Amino acid sequence: MAKGNLISGNIWEEYSQKVQNAMNAPKNMGEITEEDAKALGCKLIVADHGAESCGDAVRLYWAVDETTDIIKDSKFKSFGCGTAIASSDYMAELCKGKTVDQAVKITNIDVEKAMRDDPDIPAVPPQKMHCSVMAYDVIKAAAASYKGVDPDHFEDEIIVCECARVSLGTIKEVIRLNDLTTVEEITQYTKAGAFCKSCIKPGGHEKREYYLVDILAEVRSEMEAERMKAIADAKISGSGVDSDLSFEELTVVKQLKAVEAIIDEHVRPMLEMDGGNMEILDIKSEESRIDIYIRYLGACSGCASGSTGTLYAIENILQESLSPNIRVIPV
Amino acid sequence: MKVYLDNNATTMIDPEALELMLPFLGEKFGNPNSLHSYGSQTHPALRKALDQLYTGINAADNDDIVITGCATESNNWVLKGIYFDKILKGDKKRIVTTTVEHPAIGATCAFLESLGVEITKVDVNNQGIITADDLRNVMSDDVALVSVMWANNETGMIFPIKELASVAHEFGALFHTDAVQAVGKIPVDVQDANVDFLSFSGHKFHAPKGVGALYIKNSIPLTSLLHGGEHMGGRRSGTLNVAGIVAMGQALENANKFLAFEQSHVGRLRNKLEDALLSLPDITVVGDRANRVPNTILASIKGVEGEAMLWDLNQAGIAASTGSACASEDLESNPIMEAIGADSELAHTALRLSLSRFNTEEEIDYTIEKIKHAVHRLRSISSSYAYAPEWHKSGL
Repeated sequence: MAKGNLISGNIWEEYSQKVQNAMNAPKNMGEITEEDAKALGCKLIVADHGAESCGDAVRLYWAVDETTDIIKDSKFKSFGCGTAIASSDYMAELCKGKTVDQAVKITNIDVEKAMRDDPDIPAVPPQKMHCSVMAYDVIKAAAASYKGVDPDHFEDEIIVCECARVSLGTIKEVIRLNDLTTVEEITQYTKAGAFCKSCIKPGGHEKREYYLVDILAEVRSEMEAERMKAIADAKISGSGVDSDLSFEELTVVKQLKAVEAIIDEHVRPMLEMDGGNMEILDIKSEESRIDIYIRYLGACSGCASGSTGTLYAIENILQESLSPNIRVIPV
Repeated sequence: MKVYLDNNATTMIDPEALELMLPFLGEKFGNPNSLHSYGSQTHPALRKALDQLYTGINAADNDDIVITGCATESNNWVLKGIYFDKILKGDKKRIVTTTVEHPAIGATCAFLESLGVEITKVDVNNQGIITADDLRNVMSDDVALVSVMWANNETGMIFPIKELASVAHEFGALFHTDAVQAVGKIPVDVQDANVDFLSFSGHKFHAPKGVGALYIKNSIPLTSLLHGGEHMGGRRSGTLNVAGIVAMGQALENANKFLAFEQSHVGRLRNKLEDALLSLPDITVVGDRANRVPNTILASIKGVEGEAMLWDLNQAGIAASTGSACASEDLESNPIMEAIGADSELAHTALRLSLSRFNTEEEIDYTIEKIKHAVHRLRSISSSYAYAPEWHKSGL
């Protein structure tokens, strides 16, 4: 909530002049009859989408030239608010002259952009974006009818944000790939939730089947479960050092290997220069402390600094490299 | 021509009330709680306004009419006050209300529910009201408060408040009514109806916005919503909106003077408009005329989406309202239409026309002409209505 949200405005004041004109006098409103289509040498396609009980319904008529698949004429009828009427009018206009395959690619965003007076200023306020979606959906229905396929043929994904046409799969993928943790980040990456905001959480402009907050929670929960499983797997297998795991999370075998590696690289060469050596006897974890039991070999056995300087040096190296909780105990 | 037919949303200020309040926005600006002459010069007008309010709803001297900011505040105060006084401290646990209350009741009940209060909502019948028997069926001794609106904001249907209050009292519950759509339109007598609390808002009967009141019978204890001072006898803190109160008193007095005119003139114009609507095919109006406030029509116009209708009417200079909420914050269709069991298709086609005593015959004639034109135009665009061949036969 901020200053701009405290007083709501009249949404009609945010309609472009093109939207207003189309609401008052839609150019492509009407029907195409069988006779009209025949006169054009075309096949008549009639498609419906939505229902009056849902508050929006649109019927699209196409006259399609079957030899070229080109839509020669396109008209609509619409039960809906002014935005629904205007966007249906522009949608019908955009279909004209296109092949059916080209028409299927017209999105509600294309329709909204076509209705702008200024390319940089939206034609309708954000909460009205969903009204242009009906126009998008009915094209799919018309194309499906023409091609004799199921409308799902053109839409095999679940759409979460109707306004920005963002699918469930895309949202899940973006959360995973970019390790997103907030809905605002999802909107930044995908534009889902940027318009009418209905898909963000329940209680918005319209009811949705999927909400971004739930998807985010579900994916984050899956990601956390996967992380925990990876840790468990790593502990069980004991093979390969997983860089995501802390020293404490490793199995004893992997801890031993890690300590050996550090000793080989940084400690043993130092001891061998003086004719000495060491071996690791055991590793024991108790609460947050990890005790590493060692035995000095060669010249190091009985050396006075084995319990002072040399011991501190070994302990420091292991603490810095692996864990601050390590304590080295010479036996 | 410009015609205002959205009087259930808000009303123009009564010119006499406007004139009376102006000095209190100008030279008579003193805080009525101040001891100096600036403060004391407001007292006579405040006393007169309070007298007008007491007379306006027939409150007794030992009752309180506490000035609030609006009926929403009054409604919140009653429900939350009952929560603190009767539910938290006592052994009662339920609040009973209806499914068609204004959100000021509905949303507040939802909030109290989140705090553990049991809320029972009684469904309305096909006339959009509940009867005494409907209420009795859900009552028991654990009910702290019954809250039922006096008249519905969308349909204008009048609830049997006196009978409902009586049922509530049988079970030892207090009774509140949100009378925001009744005061100034029909006789409202708190003693005859025997209600314990009654909310109203000035701007619904030609007073300015930002001033309302809560009637509290015989000083019933009710924890205050606003603490911080001794205004209104300590019941509601906040420096008094003197200009608003003065205007509200006069507006209520005037509205009550015009009650008979409301029934005769406004009722006749409303009926004329309603008859003209019903002369068109596939239009229904919710609720019997005889049991409605005289200014309201809630019509459903098949094949015409509510906001599209508002757009066309607005283009013609006519202000109306719709519960078909494409134009509002959420997309749910008109809840009262759903509540009375109307076809869900019709619920998206609701148009509310609400008149006032300032509407003229000429305005109504103009509106009838423009509505007919809009219905015809929008049905010719409508994909759902195109399937009804009888429309084309009607010749409109």
